[in-house]
Amino acid sequence: MTETPSSVPDAKQNKKRLPPSRGSRKTRLTAWLFIAPAFLAYATFVLVPLGMSLYYSFLRWDGIGEARFHGLTNYTTVLTDSDLLQIIGNAFQLVLYFTLIPVGLGLAVASAIRGQMNGRFGMATRTILFLPQVIPLVAAGIAWSWMFASTGLVNQALKAVGLSSWAKGWLGDFVWALPAVGIIGAWVLLGLCTMLLVTGITKIDASLYEAARLDGARPWHEFRYITLPGLRQEIGVCITVTVIAALASFDIVYISTQGGPGITTTVPGLEIYRLAFAHRQVGLASALAIVLMVLVLVSIAPVQWFTRDKK
Amino acid sequence: MKSATKNTFLARALIVLLMAITLLPFLSMLSAALAPQGSYPNGLQWPTDPQWGNFIKAFEVAKMDQLLLSSGLIVLGVVPLSVLVATMAGYGLAKLTSDKYKWLYLIFVFGLTLPFEAVITPLYYEVRAMGLLNTRFAIILPLIGLYMPFGVYWMRAHFLNVPQEIGEAAQIDGATRWTEFWYVQVPLARPAIMSLTILLFLWTWNQFLLPVVLVQDPMQRTMAGALGAFQGQWGTDIPLLCAGSLLILTPTVIIFLIFQRQFVAALMQGAVKG
Repeated sequence: MTETPSSVPDAKQNKKRLPPSRGSRKTRLTAWLFIAPAFLAYATFVLVPLGMSLYYSFLRWDGIGEARFHGLTNYTTVLTDSDLLQIIGNAFQLVLYFTLIPVGLGLAVASAIRGQMNGRFGMATRTILFLPQVIPLVAAGIAWSWMFASTGLVNQALKAVGLSSWAKGWLGDFVWALPAVGIIGAWVLLGLCTMLLVTGITKIDASLYEAARLDGARPWHEFRYITLPGLRQEIGVCITVTVIAALASFDIVYISTQGGPGITTTVPGLEIYRLAFAHRQVGLASALAIVLMVLVLVSIAPVQWFTRDKK
Repeated sequence: MKSATKNTFLARALIVLLMAITLLPFLSMLSAALAPQGSYPNGLQWPTDPQWGNFIKAFEVAKMDQLLLSSGLIVLGVVPLSVLVATMAGYGLAKLTSDKYKWLYLIFVFGLTLPFEAVITPLYYEVRAMGLLNTRFAIILPLIGLYMPFGVYWMRAHFLNVPQEIGEAAQIDGATRWTEFWYVQVPLARPAIMSLTILLFLWTWNQFLLPVVLVQDPMQRTMAGALGAFQGQWGTDIPLLCAGSLLILTPTVIIFLIFQRQFVAALMQGAVKG
């Protein structure tokens, strides 16, 4: 509870004096004994499978018969096949919805409220806004499949305001299915981002805003030069969480559209599952898995870099 | 001051709007769940004759009692062991190793952003080779490993903030590292352990990919995995599907409402660190 983000990362504070016994052989052995169980579990179910993924990605293998060495062909397929490229593109399109909507709305709420949310209202807000974080994504997918269904609430609302011609089965529409899936993700992440940003903004020194106002700053300037820099870390956290959620999405898509219509909403996570277990192209699935892992890392690294506390 | 009050009003209005958006899908599901079975209800319309019996039907059809048991067993298999092992490693990395062993920590941290999909294919073959396919252990064992990056990261961060003197005092009193760990460090780490427990509980209960790939029988799955199967089977009967979904998400919501404060704190810190 007492942790501030800035105190978390890394070695800076490690440089404090070490206890006299720390370097000794006995301590080293004890250290290994403490770490070994976790490392064993991690190695068995993450590191080894990851190595196997990498190995499979160079094979042509149907999962049953004999595997043949396939060189880099799987990777060139992932990076040139138009369907697979579209699938990777879908994931990045989802990032727009999963990230921009929650962060944008969260910033709007945070800068409007700019203060603690206490009392019953604050409590109720927190409880309700966190509900989507607590339920399984599968349930969110089912709930929104129903919202977007042809007799669902979205169409009902459109009809109520006289836009009947807009009503459609959103998740079955070639143009609208992907944005609809994006909205589901935005709904899930909205509360978390809002609360993180609302909490973050209370840590900004209020006198900064007063000083700015005395200097005749406009609201936009306050936002641009005080709020945004002050919330850098929290924004970084929101972007990191939401980008990972979008690129590695699986549950929501599996439930709401199964990737369709066509492949308009297929994302890499779903395609890996299909390739490996339905199409028996284990090599290609593994290459896509490795590419997905690298894409997540590459997308997150700059966010971490820009939003780290630079001290 | 006028602008301040206007701002507060605007903020409240925005927040109320967000809350409404958050709640609407649930209300819409509830209204559909109360419609007569097999009918095609409207998005949000209180039925003239609410069919509360749909929930009983869904409870029976989904075999909720067995599902609860299955999910409970999986959580019991995953969470205590993961928390224990991660706490030990966090302590070992923070207090017993010098900077020379930073690489070990970095190996753990590397797993933080790893999408589960990146290892799901080999996990399938690995679990099959162990003869565990279609058992709850197919979910339990891999999850313990997959939670290690976050668990170790989380607990190490906690132990780094524990003053060195506390451990030294125990050492001077002649305690072994093991007794120091159990009698001094773990009690002090209770808040961090509590948050980690809550997060791992949620993630396990809601885990979907592993059950879908590794366990065919919905009765051996987590709640989320079972819900997927339920949708596959009853997807066309909207009242029943909505009733079943609401039932399946009730347990976490109830636990969330009871431990609301801890959950919110854990989720926010979890996001910050993860």
